[in-house]
Amino acid sequence: MTTQPGSGERRVLSVERLSIDISHEHDTQRVVDDLNFALYAGRTLCIAGESGSGKSLSSLAIMGLLPKMARLPSGAILYGERDLLELPERAMQRLRGREIAMIFQEPMTSLNPLMTVGQQLEETIRRHKLAEGGQATQRAREMLDAVRVPHVEQRLKQHPHELSGGMRQRVMIAMAMVCRPKVLIADEPTTALDVTIQAQILELMRELQREFETALLMITHDMGVVAEMADDVVVMNQGIVEESATARAVFTAPQSAYTRKLLAAVPRLGTAPSRLPVHGTDVTRLEVNGLRVRFPVKRRSPFEVRREVCAVEDVNFTLGAGETLGIVGESGCGKSTTGKALMNMLDFSGSVRLDGRELNGMRGSELKAVRCDIQMIFQDPFAALNARKSVGELVGEPLLVHGLGDADERQRRVAELLEQVGLPAEVALRYPHQFSGGQRQRICIARALALNPKVIIADEPVSALDVSVQAQVLELLESLQREYGLSYVFISHDMAVIEQICHRVAVMYCGQIVEMGSCQQVLHNPQHPYTQRLLSAVPMPDVDQKRDFATLLHVTEVPDPIKPRGHQMPTLRYAESQAGHFVAMA
Amino acid sequence: MTVLKALLKRKTVAIALLYILIVVAAAIFAPWLAPYDPAKQFFEGLTLEGAPLPPNADYWLGTDLLGRDLLSRVIYGAQTSLIIGVVSNGIAVVIGTLVGVTAGFVRGWLGSVLMRLTDLMMAFPALLLAIALAAILQPSLWIVAMVIAMVNWVQIARVIYSETISISSKDFVAVERTIGVSAPRILFSHLLPHLLPTILVWATLGISTTVLLEATLSFLGVGVQPPKPSWGNIIFESQTYFTSAVWLVLFPGIAIIALSLSFNLVGDALRDELDPTLKGRS
Repeated sequence: MTTQPGSGERRVLSVERLSIDISHEHDTQRVVDDLNFALYAGRTLCIAGESGSGKSLSSLAIMGLLPKMARLPSGAILYGERDLLELPERAMQRLRGREIAMIFQEPMTSLNPLMTVGQQLEETIRRHKLAEGGQATQRAREMLDAVRVPHVEQRLKQHPHELSGGMRQRVMIAMAMVCRPKVLIADEPTTALDVTIQAQILELMRELQREFETALLMITHDMGVVAEMADDVVVMNQGIVEESATARAVFTAPQSAYTRKLLAAVPRLGTAPSRLPVHGTDVTRLEVNGLRVRFPVKRRSPFEVRREVCAVEDVNFTLGAGETLGIVGESGCGKSTTGKALMNMLDFSGSVRLDGRELNGMRGSELKAVRCDIQMIFQDPFAALNARKSVGELVGEPLLVHGLGDADERQRRVAELLEQVGLPAEVALRYPHQFSGGQRQRICIARALALNPKVIIADEPVSALDVSVQAQVLELLESLQREYGLSYVFISHDMAVIEQICHRVAVMYCGQIVEMGSCQQVLHNPQHPYTQRLLSAVPMPDVDQKRDFATLLHVTEVPDPIKPRGHQMPTLRYAESQAGHFVAMA
Repeated sequence: MTVLKALLKRKTVAIALLYILIVVAAAIFAPWLAPYDPAKQFFEGLTLEGAPLPPNADYWLGTDLLGRDLLSRVIYGAQTSLIIGVVSNGIAVVIGTLVGVTAGFVRGWLGSVLMRLTDLMMAFPALLLAIALAAILQPSLWIVAMVIAMVNWVQIARVIYSETISISSKDFVAVERTIGVSAPRILFSHLLPHLLPTILVWATLGISTTVLLEATLSFLGVGVQPPKPSWGNIIFESQTYFTSAVWLVLFPGIAIIALSLSFNLVGDALRDELDPTLKGRS
């Protein structure tokens, strides 16, 4: 598949010497410089790059939807005979949706929340004069069938919020494909989705492309998705094209240093050496027994049965000193709730013991004292830091509220902590908005370290970061563990990251642990069907390992977690297939 | 001090501060600054037909319907309007903020009770409530100020309540909790600074509305009692003569608008100066 486009393939659109400037007040910045590529019918081109590479702006330029501050000093976008940049707005409007369609990252915000799926699809069909009246409804029905949405009749009457993320993205694709566009632009179409859903959407896009002969332009940061989908690849970095070649060439013989660095930073599932705990694991730090978290559902009338969401059900595990336990699962599986329960941020039942002390029911000064031993790192380093405090105040605050040292000592300690996470001590005077995502996450880590904790709960600590930065933060976490014998509970949806940093891993599904064991055991020899499904959906950054997602395409229903109050979930029984490898029995 | 210096660097803000200072000075030193007694009716202050005089050499801003000197009335009126606009509006802002923050941060039954009380107050027509209160209590300047505060805190409470809820659901508040920071410290050290912009905007917007509310009350006879002047009641007394004696509405009107605009400008500038995220990115 990944060959040079033959003469038989039809060139649909070509971007030639495109540059984009963003002017802000007086200074102008070049955000895309001299970009060239061509789209062919039935072929997929991926623009890959990290944040700030200019990949999204390039796609907006094709759609003629650039923000007002953007200027186009040079270049042409040829669609057939016409240059899209010269086209008047009215002519562009006719092209948009009809011949060039686009799918965005967040399907919830790109659908109108007040209109049903049917109404939105029919509106698109009518606006482009594809069909009228009853025929439009029929066309909408066919289109939803084509994107494999089950129970079409019911879905047509539903509003976007009643659908899952994957379903919404299918509806978006249906809307984009309904006019059979010649070009489909997909901007990070699966980034907000779970891996199994991502696999379904990718497979769907491949099928539709084959059927409709669409030229597909995909914008993504995920090299796994690139390897899975692309025929041709353009690698961008800070507006500059680093490499432009066939997918095979990019992955097997990358020419530019940046591409090599990028590929090296991508964690590859199944390649990480198995890690042994640094310190003896005979000391148990954390012991979790029968952890259960349920949230009450608000009743609409006093006569309704009281119900609750069973978020976490009967979770048991132990965490040794100097050990990292990964908790992996898809959104809604209860992994973050488990983390919050361990931090005593919400009410739970069952027992959590930290060095033998029971945390359940702990309050006030006792709880405050325990905070010294167990700390948390959050996913989004932009939201986790108060923008109105300086870095010094933020990192020093734990010391201040726990009354450790006087002002001078605190200042020294803050400098020391910042150095530990690889930041110069001077940054203490600056404010969070002056730092990049990776630097902010380092500040968060410094804060978490301030009280010399023994256990750190890390909730998706690298998910919001670019891959190259991700690798650095993971390395930092590892070196801190070696130095201080820290124990981590590492919550993530990313199997490759888990494999890289964890000693043991627990797979969660619907609030329960379905499989637990060493990384080697669980990720290389998965026993539970859910684990197997999860692993088979991970896209590999390797062109020789194309995955067959077709088997995943049928939709599996996730059981409803809302149960009447006091409902007894059946307790899972585990079989120990190997030493330390537990698998839930069906 | 550095904040004040930064404020003075902006020309419009410096002018606004100057105007506020002039109004404050006028209020305090009115007996010395005013050319005449504000309540004195001059025989020569009216034309032979009994019409008020336009601005002239004797009466710089002209005279009102009873032949009183408008300039003196505007200067004395600054006392009333400042007390209403700054003091009673300030009290309204403090009550509103306290109620909103408590309800939004503590939630639970206390939050519900406070917010239902706010809803109840909102359901009352503000003017009716003010008239009722002012009628029960003997109308005097301070009572009017209190009545206006009682009526005006409600909207502020509502806005601050929803702001507090949205800010306290942010990640950084959760992080503070996991570090072991106490609730009052989270409230004062982390939440309030984020609420400051909203509070400042409402406080400055409230000045013109409260000054005008006082005027309405005066017009209805339950506000500041004549002959004591306020900017609001000068306008209301003479609004029917707007076409023939425009100066009677124009000058006190300009005084009110300029005061409210000045506070607004200072408030905006203060908000920007206190926000570290607006300073240079690197």
